[in-house]
Amino acid sequence: MPKAAKKKDVILHAGIPVKAVYGPEDIRGLDYGRDLGDPGEYPFTRGIHPEMYRARVWTMRQYVGFGTPGETNGRFKYLMAHGQDALNVAFDLPTQCGLDSDDPRADGEVGRVGMAIDTLADMEEAFSGIPLDRVSVSLTINSMAAPITAMYYAVAEKQKAPADRVVVTPQNDILKEFIARGTWVYPVEPSLRLVGDLIEFSAKRYPRSNPVSVCGYHIREAGCTTAQEMAYGLAIAAAYVELMLKRGMPVDEFAPRISFNFTCWGKIFEEVAKFRAGRRLYARMMRERFGATNPRSWMFRSLIGGGGSAFTVQEPQNNIVRGAYLALAAALSGAQTMALPTYDEAYTIPSSQAQLVALRTMQICAEESGVADTADPLAGSYYVEWLTGEMEKKIQAELAQVDRLNGIVEGVKSGAIQAEVARQAYLFEQKLLSGEIPKVATNCHVAAEQPAESHDVELYAFDPKVAEAQVAKLDRTRRERDGAAVGRALGQIRDEARGTGNLMEPILEAVKAYATLGEISSAMKDVFGEHKEPVAL
Amino acid sequence: MTERKLRILIAKPGLDGHDRGAKVVAHALRDAGFEVIYTGLKRTVAEIVQEAIQEDVDVIGLSILSGAHLTLCRQLAEGLKAQNAQSIPVVVGGIIPQRDVEPLRQLGVRDVFPMGTPLPAIVETLKEYAHA
Repeated sequence: MPKAAKKKDVILHAGIPVKAVYGPEDIRGLDYGRDLGDPGEYPFTRGIHPEMYRARVWTMRQYVGFGTPGETNGRFKYLMAHGQDALNVAFDLPTQCGLDSDDPRADGEVGRVGMAIDTLADMEEAFSGIPLDRVSVSLTINSMAAPITAMYYAVAEKQKAPADRVVVTPQNDILKEFIARGTWVYPVEPSLRLVGDLIEFSAKRYPRSNPVSVCGYHIREAGCTTAQEMAYGLAIAAAYVELMLKRGMPVDEFAPRISFNFTCWGKIFEEVAKFRAGRRLYARMMRERFGATNPRSWMFRSLIGGGGSAFTVQEPQNNIVRGAYLALAAALSGAQTMALPTYDEAYTIPSSQAQLVALRTMQICAEESGVADTADPLAGSYYVEWLTGEMEKKIQAELAQVDRLNGIVEGVKSGAIQAEVARQAYLFEQKLLSGEIPKVATNCHVAAEQPAESHDVELYAFDPKVAEAQVAKLDRTRRERDGAAVGRALGQIRDEARGTGNLMEPILEAVKAYATLGEISSAMKDVFGEHKEPVAL
Repeated sequence: MTERKLRILIAKPGLDGHDRGAKVVAHALRDAGFEVIYTGLKRTVAEIVQEAIQEDVDVIGLSILSGAHLTLCRQLAEGLKAQNAQSIPVVVGGIIPQRDVEPLRQLGVRDVFPMGTPLPAIVETLKEYAHA
């Protein structure tokens, strides 16, 4: 057998070249107290809790939602019966874009990629039998975060859950929607105002809510590099902090409840270094730049999830193995919450069996692998500490690039950030094609015979009756409600939208009167108008 | 023999906001010498038909990852016919299960590029349209 060829240059996604061996000379300048600190201590490089998973293992939160609220309620209960301790709700596209299920633009999309929500009646059904004072729930909702979270608060109120026991995390990160994912509705400025309204209202009324979850995840899924994912996430967080400071809220009144949602699907050590560097940079930014004094304001609390980008259509069972590596990377990165993509995700809405495999993967990682035995087990590794420092420099360089665009908000308005993400996606695709980035069974070790499509996944059988049932329920709700009360509430939303006050109160009134999401979103659209996408390739 | 430069409209119909695939394909086609017009997100079928006619494109390429491809392709076929523009070929890519490929062809879709289709295969297939 011929000797294996010497491996060519290794360059990480962030553009950092990697040597074959690292030693003490690579971390000569490292100062433990200044650069790392103990776990739970500033600057939190080693994690935000003193004992990390020895004290409490990460929360397991699979992303679930499809069809009607009733169907989704059933899947929630299934996962909870198997040990999942928190929910992560997926909404269908009409809901995410503020359209009712009977809107012509919702044709073919009702209940497809998540559950359909038209009125409070749907939210009541989705969480029926689920005690909102005991379960923590994240809502993947952005431009419609204000009305959907208002519905959630209304259900919690009806369940008589004490406000200080309600733990809800609406994503509420509109800036990343303009960059990736695309469920924007209003122009950038009024969209930001709504983000601020929800943060302010929640901070005052629901002290344990996490009213914004800053996402690097979707931007990375759209194609950016590891360093850009962290840089854009930090820049977006800074934009929201500035927004709240301008409203006159002291930083320590809202910053402790800011959370993050990032992916970890690349090379394990690069991902770990990205999070260690990110925590350090965030802590310093919050303390030094924004003057936060509450240590909780300095902590980068994160949901670290998989990311379907890691997974392949070819030989989907291999994705189960990839999922296990993702879980390992997330744990070594110090995740507070974990979520994994399912092996069938490239094909279909996940089956309950695939969801269970993902949940079991996280449980095996937590219970069996030993990765949870001690905090930040990679600390002190020549390679990991060196790489953490290099990642920090790369992230800072990307942040400087954002500054040159006059900040993330202006970069989003002009489309410059979107164009850069698309450019990186194309570069990445070319590297996959050339084999520079290997993918087993896709561009290397490819099976001689390729089936047209794997038979190992069960395709989700989308039922067109879902839309009919949803529209029938919507009609019923419209008939049974007090139309005059709805009209008054919608009028108040328009009035407040023209002013500068917080929109959450009038939205909550409208929700309780069973105004539809489409009506509420249109009332605001009447005043705010619609976003015009800067289309840049 | 000089080949005519093909004009293609890459369109995102419906509410799906995932545009990585559409943009990557647009970049690849541009590098391969196509004239590419990209609509941006959340275009209605009526808007796509209008733009295809105005821009006098040779092909319409839809990118759909939401699962709504059958509904949207049916609407597009009807929309093109209503404007007497059914001669413009339509191709579609995205999360399209194998079982939907034949129904899409029945709706008049010329080529389907399901998930996992290599980029060069898309480019080569579309180059053939210059000879059509």
